Amino acid sequence: MSGANDPYDPKQVAALSPEALDAAVAEAQRAFAGAGDLEQLAAVRPAHLGDRAPVLLARRELGALPPAARADAGKRVNAARVAVTEAYESRKVTLEAERDARVLAEERVDVTLPWDRLPRGARHPLTTLTDRIADIFVGMGYEVAEGPELEAEWLNFDALNIGRDHPARTMMDTFFVAPEDSGLVLRTHTSPVQARTMLSRTPPIYVVAPGRVYRTDELDATHLPVFHQVEGLAVDRGLTMAHLRGTLDHLARSLFGADAVTRWRPSYFPFTEPSAEFDVWFPEHRDGPRWVEWGGCGMVNPRVLVACGIDPEEYSGFAFGMGIERALQFRSAVGDMRHFAEGDVRFTSAFGVEQ
Amino acid sequence: MRVPTGWLAEHVDVPAGTTVEDLDTAFVRLGLEVEEVHRPAEVTGPLVVGRVLGIEELTGFKKPIRYCQVDVGEAEPRGIVCGARNFAVGDAVVVALPGAVLPGGFEIAARKTYDRVSDGMICSVRELGVGEDHAGILVLGDDAPAPGTPAGPLVGLDDVVIELAVTPDRGYCLSMRGIAREMGTGLGVGWRDPGALTPPAWSGEPAWQVSVEDADRCDRFSMIALEGLDPTAPSPWWMRRRLAQSGVRSISLAVDVTNYVMLELGQPMHAFDRDRVRGPIVVRRAREGERLTTLDGADRALSSDDLLITDDSGPIGLAAVMGGASTEIGDGTSSVLLEAAHWEPTGVARTARRHRLPSEAAKRFERGVDPEMTVVALARAAALLAEYGGARVVGSLVDVDTRGPRPTIALDPARPGRVAGVPYPPAQVTELLTAVGCAVDGDDPLTVTPPTWRPDLTDPADLVEEVVRLAGYDDVPSVLPTAPPGRGLTERQRRRRAVGRALAEFGYVEAPSFPFVGTAALDALGLAEDDPRRQVVLVRNPLSEEEPALRTTLLPGLLAALARNLSRGIRDVALFEHGAVFPGGERSAAPLPGVDRRPDDETLAALLGAVPEQPWHVAVALAGDREPRGWWGPGRPAVWADAVQAACRVAEAAGVGLTVRAGERAPWHPGRCAELLVGGRVVGHAGELHPRVCAALDLPARTAVMELDVDALPPAAVPVGPHLSSFPPVFVDLAFVLDEAVPAAAVEESIREAAGDLLEAVRLFDVYTGPQVGEGRRSLAWSLTLRAPDRTLSGEEAAEVRQRVVASVEEALHAELRA
Repeated sequence: MSGANDPYDPKQVAALSPEALDAAVAEAQRAFAGAGDLEQLAAVRPAHLGDRAPVLLARRELGALPPAARADAGKRVNAARVAVTEAYESRKVTLEAERDARVLAEERVDVTLPWDRLPRGARHPLTTLTDRIADIFVGMGYEVAEGPELEAEWLNFDALNIGRDHPARTMMDTFFVAPEDSGLVLRTHTSPVQARTMLSRTPPIYVVAPGRVYRTDELDATHLPVFHQVEGLAVDRGLTMAHLRGTLDHLARSLFGADAVTRWRPSYFPFTEPSAEFDVWFPEHRDGPRWVEWGGCGMVNPRVLVACGIDPEEYSGFAFGMGIERALQFRSAVGDMRHFAEGDVRFTSAFGVEQ
Repeated sequence: MRVPTGWLAEHVDVPAGTTVEDLDTAFVRLGLEVEEVHRPAEVTGPLVVGRVLGIEELTGFKKPIRYCQVDVGEAEPRGIVCGARNFAVGDAVVVALPGAVLPGGFEIAARKTYDRVSDGMICSVRELGVGEDHAGILVLGDDAPAPGTPAGPLVGLDDVVIELAVTPDRGYCLSMRGIAREMGTGLGVGWRDPGALTPPAWSGEPAWQVSVEDADRCDRFSMIALEGLDPTAPSPWWMRRRLAQSGVRSISLAVDVTNYVMLELGQPMHAFDRDRVRGPIVVRRAREGERLTTLDGADRALSSDDLLITDDSGPIGLAAVMGGASTEIGDGTSSVLLEAAHWEPTGVARTARRHRLPSEAAKRFERGVDPEMTVVALARAAALLAEYGGARVVGSLVDVDTRGPRPTIALDPARPGRVAGVPYPPAQVTELLTAVGCAVDGDDPLTVTPPTWRPDLTDPADLVEEVVRLAGYDDVPSVLPTAPPGRGLTERQRRRRAVGRALAEFGYVEAPSFPFVGTAALDALGLAEDDPRRQVVLVRNPLSEEEPALRTTLLPGLLAALARNLSRGIRDVALFEHGAVFPGGERSAAPLPGVDRRPDDETLAALLGAVPEQPWHVAVALAGDREPRGWWGPGRPAVWADAVQAACRVAEAAGVGLTVRAGERAPWHPGRCAELLVGGRVVGHAGELHPRVCAALDLPARTAVMELDVDALPPAAVPVGPHLSSFPPVFVDLAFVLDEAVPAAAVEESIREAAGDLLEAVRLFDVYTGPQVGEGRRSLAWSLTLRAPDRTLSGEEAAEVRQRVVASVEEALHAELRA
């Protein structure tokens, strides 16, 4: 190996000639281009870029040149080295790309293979729709109130102006609980939550109360002995039927689209006066846009306010209630009520976790 | 209430061109829900009035046959063969001429029968499709129009019947009188009150001796006597037709008249056979031990709360509900006592419910009947019985009338507007209340006297509804109120949602079931006799006698749903349910305070306290594969551990830590039952079902279930953000060989205790049993992650922790470190 202080050797210095350098570069380019893959390229690399490669050897000879010739030769050597390196790098990039393309192609999989190793479950549509309705009211500032399914008869009936011998009481098809004087029933509607709320809070009251209710109907395609309602109650100063309509319209729009609206038909509930049943305009109905019956509503009967300790001269209120199963019947085209009760996973899974 | 449109048009000037749909809309706007529209069967072709001119009796056939000459308005009479015998020469009948098609596609043609050519058919009610009567042909009354007149309208072939659902506050709409008033107002047209007739001034001896002992329950009792009734006189055709349209069976003239007048005026009546009434009539409560056989033949034990009509023989009628058999009018009755009274509604309701007799009369009295109608109804009935049965009123009216003054309601004329959010001028308020039938006096407040037929109008709120209803609910605008800011969902509500979501995302399908159970279901679970879950709340009137109780556990319903899915060919099922359970046990009765004020605190506390706690449970059940087989390999069957993991998921979703230890409880496999604890309190169980339970419920072996009391979980602590160390961890793997009986949880606890603060995580990564560790022993392999918060752990420190852990586990649990 030559060093900077080696004696001048004209024979070796001949390696610095332009011809020799060009030849070395050309040789390297040929060798790299001839390498078919990265292994071959690695194999030929030392001969052209290794310690004994011509361009590197030539560089070492620079020191033997007289200072006047050194700069010129140095430029030549450097250019040759850059050219060889570039030739190598460029070939390497090409070969790597070829290799990647080949390997990744070999690693191709069938991405349509199903990967359902842990299938998801589902929440029942009664649950998700109930939550959705509750959320709409929570968004309006309401709170969610609750009451038990096994309920005091007084709260289910008497407090709601349904007297002991009132025909409405017998029409409720009530499940009574033993013993005869227990004073308990399976609640026939979510309305006792109204009474509970008014007995435990002071106005202003804005609550929504979803829950399960009971009537002595045999299970068939159109009847359920156990079903779900959502009850709403607002008691405040100056509430009117206009506020009731505004609230129901807002619910209808939130649930059934911007074009939804409600329509009222006069009706009778002992705990509201005036009372109405309401229909909702449902533009997405599978058989075309139409009115569908949904629930009942009205202004809280002052007698109910009195029984719950609220001054009807100071406060007024409105209340409403609707069936969740009924809503699913038209919103999701559920035809047979028994589907709600059977727990068939095919039914429930269709609704997913949040729908 | 069925409303024949023809009958309605008799009292209301229904505008020409009003369709059934228009009527439907008007009814609905008035709050009278249209349940069904009954249209008569279709008859096409010539159907005319005929008059029988001659009858030739044909003999020699299997039954007597008539060959009739019938004038049908043509030049010559037609010869028609007829098998019925309930008519005579001169009677008007309905004839279907050749070319007519009767209901059921029955085509009429001239044809030869019984050796005669029959040139048409004389029709019965049933053949025309307007009733069930087929005992003979339809004979029209003497007032029938001329032969040849189209008979369709006459027999009601164009008479649509609109069936209304009348709400319990609107008793007056259970009569044509009430419907006419509503429709007259609703359509804004003229109408006539059929109750506006003046009864004649009957004179003579009072019809009968009557006393009313219970004036609170009967404030008016009116009665007349009739004699000379022809018991064989038929009810006129038009009356039978309207009764049929109204769903009432025709029985006899006397009965039909009382029913007809009830439908027309809303006043139920009763006819007694006068000759069978013994002595004075007394209206009184029943006495202990009294019995009455009612018209339906039932022998009824009476309650001292039942109000009776009695004579010297004892009870002869269950007041307002049903008459007695002993004084029933029969085939030979010619003398009748007609009664029309006003009964207190709630007493009627109790009697009707007690005897399970929701009769038409009781239905009306419960909802309120106009007390002004008793004498009007008697007069109307007497006139009909005179006209069609030859009866005449004898003696004078008995009218025991103890009604008090009519109450008035003070109404602020601005109140309807304040309630509705619509400004109604005072004049409109007065006008609408007057249309309802109220007498309105004064200005501010208005003094409103509701009409006698509206006992439901007692409060200002009731009057408000009338104003808003008649002005139209559509006038009420839509204004969204501003509620004060709310606090969102409660922690308990959020927790329930979180639990449901976690299980659903984790592969479980929600399957809510009815909460009704029976002993069989509890037996199938293998519950011991003294298991608290056998203490149930019983429903007094269950849908099924097999399931009279409320659930104390979610498992019966959930396992039934599991079995149902399996029976429908779904092999891999993972279900969950969350909901209330209803533990039984002794309770005090819930009080029933009054409603004229808020119950006092003590009563309210007793009321709320009498309602049992209904804890919210969650349960899962799995069978088949938890992870299905697929192209990746075989499936993984659901096992006990899946149920335990579901419980852990629930606890995580609820934000509490759950510990697990071996437990024993029905219906679980005694060796595969995990007790689930939170803070030392047992909150549930999970594991594999007992094989006997699987067999009893026809479920696959190894079915796994979990049930947990969500309400027993303590509130979630607010999570504290952990300090994250960025220094490198040291991983240590340790395998201990221990007695098989030592629970993994005990080993983990020992490791955690010994490792101290430097332990970041510990995880069991292998369990080995086999010859290498010996009989009755197993190897548990653990991976420990050690990390210091403030420095890189030195090799010495890590070795020291390892040493501590090994020593502790070896000593405490008689383990040996596996090489």
